[in-house]
Amino acid sequence: MTRPGAPADIRIFAGLAALAFIAVLVCGALAGLAVEGAGDLSGALSAFDPYLLRVARFTLWQAALSTLLSVLPALFLARALSRHPVFPGRGFILQLFAVPLALPAIVVALGVLALLGRAGFMADALGKLAGGTWPGIYGLSGILVAHVFFNLPLAARLFLEALQTVPSDQWRLASQLGMGARAGFRLIEWPALRQALPGVAGLVFMLCVTSFTIVLTLGGGPAASTLEVAIYQALRFDFDPARAVALTLLQIGLTVLVVSVLAWLGANTSGDANLQVAPPRRYLAAGGAETAINAGLIVLALAFVAGPMVAIVAAGLQADLGRLAGEAAVQRAAATSIVLAFVSAFISALLSLALVAARRALSSRRRGGRKRLFEHAVETGAGFVLVVPPIVIGAGWFLVLRHFGDLFAVAPAMVAAVNAVMAMPFAVRAVRPAYDAASERHDLLCAQLGVSGWNRFTLIDWPVLRRPLATAFAFAMALSLGDLGVIALFGSDSVQTLPYLLLARMGSYRTQDAAGLALLLGLVCLALVLAADRLGRERRT
Amino acid sequence: MNDRTQNGVSVRLENVAFSYGEARFVFDAEFRAGAITAVMGASGSGKSTLLNLVAGFESPQAGRVRIGGEDVTALPASMRPVSMVFQENNLFAHLSVEANVGLGRSPSLRLAAQDRERVEAALARTGLAGKGKRLPRELSGGERQRVALARVLVRERPVLLLDEPFASLGPALRDDMLDLVARLQAERCMTVLFVTHQPDDARRIADHVVFIEGGKVAASGAAAGFFADDGPDVFRRYAGTNGRESRHVARKPT
Repeated sequence: MTRPGAPADIRIFAGLAALAFIAVLVCGALAGLAVEGAGDLSGALSAFDPYLLRVARFTLWQAALSTLLSVLPALFLARALSRHPVFPGRGFILQLFAVPLALPAIVVALGVLALLGRAGFMADALGKLAGGTWPGIYGLSGILVAHVFFNLPLAARLFLEALQTVPSDQWRLASQLGMGARAGFRLIEWPALRQALPGVAGLVFMLCVTSFTIVLTLGGGPAASTLEVAIYQALRFDFDPARAVALTLLQIGLTVLVVSVLAWLGANTSGDANLQVAPPRRYLAAGGAETAINAGLIVLALAFVAGPMVAIVAAGLQADLGRLAGEAAVQRAAATSIVLAFVSAFISALLSLALVAARRALSSRRRGGRKRLFEHAVETGAGFVLVVPPIVIGAGWFLVLRHFGDLFAVAPAMVAAVNAVMAMPFAVRAVRPAYDAASERHDLLCAQLGVSGWNRFTLIDWPVLRRPLATAFAFAMALSLGDLGVIALFGSDSVQTLPYLLLARMGSYRTQDAAGLALLLGLVCLALVLAADRLGRERRT
Repeated sequence: MNDRTQNGVSVRLENVAFSYGEARFVFDAEFRAGAITAVMGASGSGKSTLLNLVAGFESPQAGRVRIGGEDVTALPASMRPVSMVFQENNLFAHLSVEANVGLGRSPSLRLAAQDRERVEAALARTGLAGKGKRLPRELSGGERQRVALARVLVRERPVLLLDEPFASLGPALRDDMLDLVARLQAERCMTVLFVTHQPDDARRIADHVVFIEGGKVAASGAAAGFFADDGPDVFRRYAGTNGRESRHVARKPT
């Protein structure tokens, strides 16, 4: 609101500062890549070799397969769940389906290995089935299993949400007209699912294209490497900056392409299903054969999702947890992880609040005119990280900073900053509705009473916003705690986080240690996400 | 200040121009000191915009806003000698009734003993004695607007702007509130601008009526003359009191 004579709005300065932070982070990385590429142009160009094209092709191929294997079963699973709105354990299944999103990728990778690896719980049974020794799940099949574990439940929840938007009048009508299962699917369910399909498939594809940890841990070699993993290997192992530049450019090109297609499809890129556990009443009773098929589907999906989770717990409990907890390296990594995650979550919540506040200030100042560039930037600033993945930012800075002293000394700052920006799309979504609603209610009143600046923050805004901010904080903290992206590039013996330590233990075949660490990490992240969810829910009631 | 509160201050808009999206407004009007003026007009005609310009929530593109002869065009909202009561959202939901009223004394809520006394007195005056510790959600809709009026009292500003504050209340309650406003106005000799859709409200407490149409003041005058059968044409068209017969014909079943 324009107030004559009022001091310039501090919210706009805050927004500017937040944007500057993001811009420095992203542009610094891009500049590093550009300088590196320009310095060795022929090297960068010659890096576009058959290997690179093979990696690019594999990146797309595994993402396409993962999407297909996640989305197609999810359609039928969602339909089965919507056909049976009431059965014991339904609420539990839906909550279980929300858990994979909360688990760090490295924990899931470990769970998949503990279950299906060469020495996994299922190895004997699978070996007998295959007639011989079970070779263990690695390469494409391992990647697919892990990706489907993450995305099948997500897609099913999103589809179920779409099905629940079908008005109950339509179901009453269908039951009155005597529609069978097939007719009901064709005329009522499919139109709702089809509308959600492009967005859901796009989201899953995007998540799989930028998947790093899963491919790194389960890919098992150059035959199954994606662009992000190849960037990491080019920098950490081969130290081939020219190749890293080429890979990064390709990765950015790919994500820009996917994000623009997604935007065109109107997908919700932060993927969050607002499921009511109590579904609307349904008037179409399923027949006996259909019920059996649906039950089979649900049980299969449940086994698939629960399997790796159970394996994580079982393998973790086999580890010598007492010894692990006493180990100095573990304690140091845990402390580093918590401090970094805390700082990162704090920055993330602060940046999100600044962007949300600036957006609000600009849109109420604009008074129905056209948006300016700055407002667009404030609105979409949180989404930059979708186009420029953390590994790419990390790679860019890696190339810049190696010219200036100790690369690994800046690891903590790098990890905290990049993870903070990475969590912003989620944090902004937690804060913005509450902020806008509060601002709508309070702006005029505060202007009139002269409540502004620090007074306004402590008396008016903080009491209303602390819950959504806590949600954003807890979520960002979970994300940062479990992340193995930037730390994979910048980590060293002196700066280790829990996921980095876990990766190191997996690499040195200390599988039990890794399983124990995975269990701890998984539980902490799950607790944080549950806390975030609860904080967000209570606010709404 | 004392002189002002005894005689009231006038509110004057001198060719105040403002635009919002496609809509353009030019207001040129004077509101009588120490009197209640009802501001009427169709939705979107600019009634609330007019009040926002007086309160300082909007700044005009041209023209002057004068209150008590003083040019306040450049003053921020909190510095103007004006209190405004909105249709809703007059209270901060997480603050007690006392704190909500207390904000009218100090925007940082640092209240001296004297301030607390004033708050107490204002609550009693608006029929809220003993309800100071409650939260807004524990009050009825009418009581919430009383809290807003109590804050108006402790702020002691000579101009009161009411933007349909009682529109969501039932008829009997609305009449109570209007009478309370009339009493407070008489006590403090405030200059009141009162936006309403209800001719009955205006008839009940207003001395003057200003009618807005097409972004400007289309008619104004004493309330008595305004509501008579020979009142301004534009107003009678709006109120539907124009040509009773034609309306009668239109209502006939076909």
